[in-house]
Amino acid sequence: MPHAALSAGVDHAAHRVVPLRHPWIWVASAVVALVALAVLASVATNPAFQWPVVAEYMLDPQILVGLGRTLELTLIAMAIGLVLGTLLAMMRLSPNKLLSTVSWAYIWFFRSVPALVQLIFWYNFGALYPVIALKLPFGPTLFSASTNSLITPMFAALAGLGLAQAAYTAEVIRGGIASVPKGQARAAMALGMQPLTIFRRIVFPQAMRVIIPPVGNEVISMVKSTSLVSVIALAELLYTAQLIYARTYETIPLLIVASLWYLIIVSVLSVGQHFLERRYRAR
Amino acid sequence: MTSPGTEMVKIRGLSKSYAGREVLRGIDLDVAAGSVMCIIGPSGSGKSTLLSCINHLERIDAGQIWVAGELVGYREKNGLMYELPERQISRMRQRVGMVFQQFNLFPHMTALANIMEAPIQVKRVRQADARARGVELLERVGLAAKHAMFPAQLSGGEQQRVAIARALAMDPQLMLFDEPTSALDPELVGEVLAVMKDLARSGMTMVVVTHELAFAREVGDELTFMDAGMVVERGAPRQVLAAPQQRRTQDFLSRVL
Ligand SMILES: Nc1ncnc2c1ncn2[C@@H]1O[C@H](COP(=O)(O)OP(=O)(O)O)[C@@H](O)[C@H]1O
Ligand SMILES: [Mg+2]
Repeated sequence: MPHAALSAGVDHAAHRVVPLRHPWIWVASAVVALVALAVLASVATNPAFQWPVVAEYMLDPQILVGLGRTLELTLIAMAIGLVLGTLLAMMRLSPNKLLSTVSWAYIWFFRSVPALVQLIFWYNFGALYPVIALKLPFGPTLFSASTNSLITPMFAALAGLGLAQAAYTAEVIRGGIASVPKGQARAAMALGMQPLTIFRRIVFPQAMRVIIPPVGNEVISMVKSTSLVSVIALAELLYTAQLIYARTYETIPLLIVASLWYLIIVSVLSVGQHFLERRYRAR
Repeated sequence: MTSPGTEMVKIRGLSKSYAGREVLRGIDLDVAAGSVMCIIGPSGSGKSTLLSCINHLERIDAGQIWVAGELVGYREKNGLMYELPERQISRMRQRVGMVFQQFNLFPHMTALANIMEAPIQVKRVRQADARARGVELLERVGLAAKHAMFPAQLSGGEQQRVAIARALAMDPQLMLFDEPTSALDPELVGEVLAVMKDLARSGMTMVVVTHELAFAREVGDELTFMDAGMVVERGAPRQVLAAPQQRRTQDFLSRVL
């Protein structure tokens, strides 16, 4: 009889479930905790870290100016990336072959050459074109100036970071627009809406949901990418720290000061990113 | 205004190809003002394409289409058809409502906002007026209580009823329905058909692509059977459904009945 137990008056509901035990997890956790403690203890007690020096420089005016520069670079480079990136995405999606090819070539070029190389290139632009002039083809010159007076380190930094960022942002925006089902634009067209209204009211708001989270990530990587600018002697956070330790030889504590500030900015941005993502994922 | 009996839709010699493949071949069709034209036919026979040509969501390759006496999408001059600018085509589309198989509601707007959007953006209707009209239309499709819901929070049948209300908000003279109940669970089909029946009774001119033969029989004034991009047979729904004259109609009906 297969169901003999059923007839025997057993209380089936009273049978409790015992989950499988995993003793090795506890062993592994203990080992990891021990290692973490050892690292923390060494960081706290090794005098070479020079924590008092770190504390002294955390709010140093020169460091704070460098920090401001880093934030400024991030903000402006991202703005360039967003505006130019939107334009490139719309060109890329345009039925006009010339526009979409130019956009494709731009994205290909600026995504392929490393940002560091681009930065150094812009910084040395004067060697390529000693004079920059605005003139009509075969016509009169409207404006002319020496390159070195125009391409300041700030300009080179923004060009290097912003133009490359535009290429990445363009791909994100293009993907966002392409993710909106074709039926949306069709329904809007059938209601008598015109192309610009359809983009503004129907397609773009839906694309934003796909665009915002990766752009948030890009902002966070941009904060870190600005440190590349130290190679062209622009006094952002890292280069400021380098300037100071070149003078005082307190290399490690100043690198820690810079790292702590990057940690703080990125953490704050990550929290914001988390809320943005949650908001745009709702519905 | 067109008086009853005159043609709301008139199609002559309509042909349309996709990448060299002809999907509509010389369609002639008339829909009288105030009447309901049902279109049936196998999948891929060109029914959706035909509807899309009527409001110029698709370009045509040959032939002419008139809606309310006006040539759709083109201007005729010396025997040539010049495509109209987007602005004028949009104006024509305002008078033709369309309902899609997949509803295509705007997911980032509430039911009410979906309905208010086109009147405000296209006709520049005042916010308050658009809202009042939107509420009235939601009442008409039996969804007044759900005005603040987003499409994802509504059932398929409710979404399609909102989509119908959205199209009606532009006060169209003609409504096109492309298999409005094909994406619905069977128990939700009835509520959408009821709204359509109500609309037909109010005198709206309707072109309805559907597989609901009972609806075609009961509500349709005319039935057209399409196959391979051509109109194969048309007539009074009861007659076509009960005694189809063409071999291809008989085959199709024997398969779906
Ligand atoms: N955008 C398009 N591009 C290429 N072929 C298409 C397109 N839309 C429809 N077709 C083709 O045209 C034919 C008719 O399609 P459709 O009008 O959707 O038929 P139905 O609605 O009767 O099922 C089909 O063979 C389909 O594959
Ligand atoms: Mg179809």
